[in-house]
Amino acid sequence: MRLQYPPNVRIIEVPCTGKVDIQHLLTAFEYGADGVIVVGCLEGDCHYSAGNLYAKKRVNRVKEILDKVGIGGERVAMYNLSSGMGGRFAEIVREITNKVLELGPSPIKGAPGQAARPTAEVTT
Amino acid sequence: MSAETPSKLQKIIASGTFAVTSEVGPPRSADGAVIEHKGNLIKDYVDAINVTDNQTSVCRVCSLACCIRLKVMGLEPCLQMVTRDRNRIALQSDILGAASWGINNILCLTGDHQHFGDHPKAANVFDLDSIQLIQTVKMMRDEGRLLGGFEFEVRPQMFIGAAANPFAGPNVAMRVSRLAKKVAAGVQFIQTQCIYNLDKFKEFMKILVDRGLHEKVSVLAGITPMKNVGMAKYMQKRVPGMDVPDDIVRRIGGVPKEKQAEEGINLAVDQIQELKEVPGVRGFHIMAIEWEEKVPEIVERVGLYPRPKAA
Amino acid sequence: MIKAVPKPLEEVLDLVKDFNKVLIAGCDGCVTVCEAGGLKEAKVLASALRLYFTQAGRQAQVDETSLTRQCEKEYLAQLSDRMDTYDAVVSLACGVGVQYLAEMYNNKIVYPGVDTCFMGVNEERGVYSERCQACGRCILAETGGVCPIARCSKRMLNGPCGGSDKGKCEISKDVPCGWELIYERLKTLGQLDRFEKPVDPKDWTSSRDGGPRKIVREDLRI
Repeated sequence: MRLQYPPNVRIIEVPCTGKVDIQHLLTAFEYGADGVIVVGCLEGDCHYSAGNLYAKKRVNRVKEILDKVGIGGERVAMYNLSSGMGGRFAEIVREITNKVLELGPSPIKGAPGQAARPTAEVTT
Repeated sequence: MSAETPSKLQKIIASGTFAVTSEVGPPRSADGAVIEHKGNLIKDYVDAINVTDNQTSVCRVCSLACCIRLKVMGLEPCLQMVTRDRNRIALQSDILGAASWGINNILCLTGDHQHFGDHPKAANVFDLDSIQLIQTVKMMRDEGRLLGGFEFEVRPQMFIGAAANPFAGPNVAMRVSRLAKKVAAGVQFIQTQCIYNLDKFKEFMKILVDRGLHEKVSVLAGITPMKNVGMAKYMQKRVPGMDVPDDIVRRIGGVPKEKQAEEGINLAVDQIQELKEVPGVRGFHIMAIEWEEKVPEIVERVGLYPRPKAA
Repeated sequence: MIKAVPKPLEEVLDLVKDFNKVLIAGCDGCVTVCEAGGLKEAKVLASALRLYFTQAGRQAQVDETSLTRQCEKEYLAQLSDRMDTYDAVVSLACGVGVQYLAEMYNNKIVYPGVDTCFMGVNEERGVYSERCQACGRCILAETGGVCPIARCSKRMLNGPCGGSDKGKCEISKDVPCGWELIYERLKTLGQLDRFEKPVDPKDWTSSRDGGPRKIVREDLRI
């Protein structure tokens, strides 16, 4: 559709959001992500039947973990849309970008200590 | 009934007249006067007075202490004993203790789970169940022997009772079956759970009589007067193993609030009169929880006052 | 198998917050099956701890691993060359494994990362229920294959009690009455006559009441 959306988003494609594990989301934050969204099919429309429902539960669990370790659960979110909803996708990206800008950079950036993995170079 | 004991209750049942028992609940503090007061309220209207044992797992003065007080007052106590809180050592110890004070009636119960009471975090014991407790009392009385094998001289002379709940699962026939098991273990009298569903109770008694169990065990029908419609609804919905038909709730709820207690007593009286006609019923166990003052009226109205003197 | 649940994250954070080098040791046995303490869970916990330490401004190292079983010395021994690196270990094994690990590395601080619950079955993924209390003298032959010690809230041997209500235990509608289950099974098997004979008091010496238990199988020892 060639819609415009902010360029600070790194997209990782998966065959189904059911493939996304709690570990993947946490690792993203360890590598310095300021926010992570999981975008899956509309509920009830999952091609693999319930993958997006598993993903929802995992995202909620990651929210809980991030709240407890001082990163903040608002930095991760799950969205549902169909592949035809290009406009909605752009809207979502704008939404999460604004949210993250509001929250500021991830607390692990610029923190004096180092326990997480070294921040990876992001190459496109 | 097998063994004869000095129990006044046993003698009255054996005489063929309807027996009447009731229960008193001990206080939740070290107050000795409460049981004395309750005992005096009902003493002329009943043949034996049960003292509950930490009923619904709420910690109260122990049944044994209260039974001793009643005995010393010259009354006929019935020691209720649950297996939830005491192992076989403590149970046998308390039986010897009760017997040493001349207490001759015991009601052997498993007991409500501690989940219901004021100490849900407590460990429970359940070393024995009610049937094994019946076996134990019988062994102590008839053989002078403890479960561990020790043989002793002065035996408890206990008239052995247990509870029966015709309304619990899996079905009425199995509840009779369970009663048969208690009889096989040595039970001599039964006090049932309080009855509201008379039809079901009659079904239970019919199966019991058909099996000939009425000749081996004396059934005292449990009666609890309703204080108000709230109590009726609570018992219907929230108490496991309780069967309160809707028409009972309607009867109590159908009168104005200030008349409900009176209607509850009327209902209890009607129930007793109807149950007198049921074969196998040898008496009544009136459980007027925190309403002991109503027992005399009920006993009078059903024509069971005065109580006979035991031979 | 043994069923466990992960301890609340805040509880684990509280245990390790003052350490700098922590090892999260998972177990491939029972806790993997009930998704409480396997390698997957160890990785997630380690990640969470790393995020925590970093945002708290701490220089810390949190590593994860998983052993085939922690109730076996030969597998615990696999950790021996790395143990000196760490000042605390969070073991995600069941209570058995945590203790054995602590016994082998007895100068190391070893904390439990799961709450060990019971021996039970998988009803479906994420739903586990208790079946066995390890009383040491199995009576399943007498009760149609349903255990009254584990499934009756009062561990009665002559049940059901008077609180058995429409197939449920008096303590909760979510708990089936163990004795109703036994009754149904004995009925199906045509063994209802077992119901009428009183069962004698149990000998509890073979269960927890007899003290910590030990099995010695001379036929297996060299």
